[in-house]
Amino acid sequence: MIPVGWYLILSAVLFLIGVLGFFTKRNIIALLLSVEIMLNAVNLTFVAFSAQHGQISGQIFVFFVLVVAAAEAAVGLALVIAIFRNRESLNVDRSNLLKW
Amino acid sequence: MIQTLFLFFAAIAVGAAINVLAQKHVLYSALSLILMLTAVSVLFILLRADFLAVIQVIVYAGAIMVLFIFVIMLLNLPQDEDGADRLRWLKFVGIPLGLFFLFLVVATLWNVESSVDTRSGISGSPVAIGHSLFTDFLLPFEATSLLILIALMGAVIFAKKDL
Repeated sequence: MIPVGWYLILSAVLFLIGVLGFFTKRNIIALLLSVEIMLNAVNLTFVAFSAQHGQISGQIFVFFVLVVAAAEAAVGLALVIAIFRNRESLNVDRSNLLKW
Repeated sequence: MIQTLFLFFAAIAVGAAINVLAQKHVLYSALSLILMLTAVSVLFILLRADFLAVIQVIVYAGAIMVLFIFVIMLLNLPQDEDGADRLRWLKFVGIPLGLFFLFLVVATLWNVESSVDTRSGISGSPVAIGHSLFTDFLLPFEATSLLILIALMGAVIFAKKDL
């Protein structure tokens, strides 16, 4: 018997770590990794509530989040490759022009 | 026993997530994230979400993170580019504010009484997931295929040589 609050606290901690990483890191790939941490924290919340309420819908939502995360990683990494080819750098502070 | 397992793998997950931020090189961050994903998949097993635990390891740690590591190694990144000149102060403001937010959340959630029974309750077996996916969630499931198709085309177009 694990209190559901433990899972929620753990996922809040993980989400906070992801947010901190997103705001303090400057490398684009590190930002994408931080987003993955945040998505996992939300997944954990979904599964914990799904187990608490005895409904399978939460786990289906995690399935969809996984699909969206895979699509996001594919598109995001393609953008990373395109940006690196143009700027020779992955620092987001250096990609501050829409067009030049 | 279950509590010990939970605390052990929760500690691994949090430690690996902190290590993702602490590492200088992105490759080590990605490897540490794989450890975090595996620990979270163990927590899914504790919640009886078996299918999601397997999917987490195969799709997340297996496919997505391999894609990340593939790109990191392909780009041959210059070492230690993380010189945040302009936003250096953000750490000193953001981390205390984040910890304060965390304190608020923990203070709210600490006294949640209902507990998750890991032995009874629903099981997230492939059968249950598949049945729900192909009856109640059929339209979102089909929409997902469209999303993946668009993401596929977007990835191909973005990664083209002459963007």
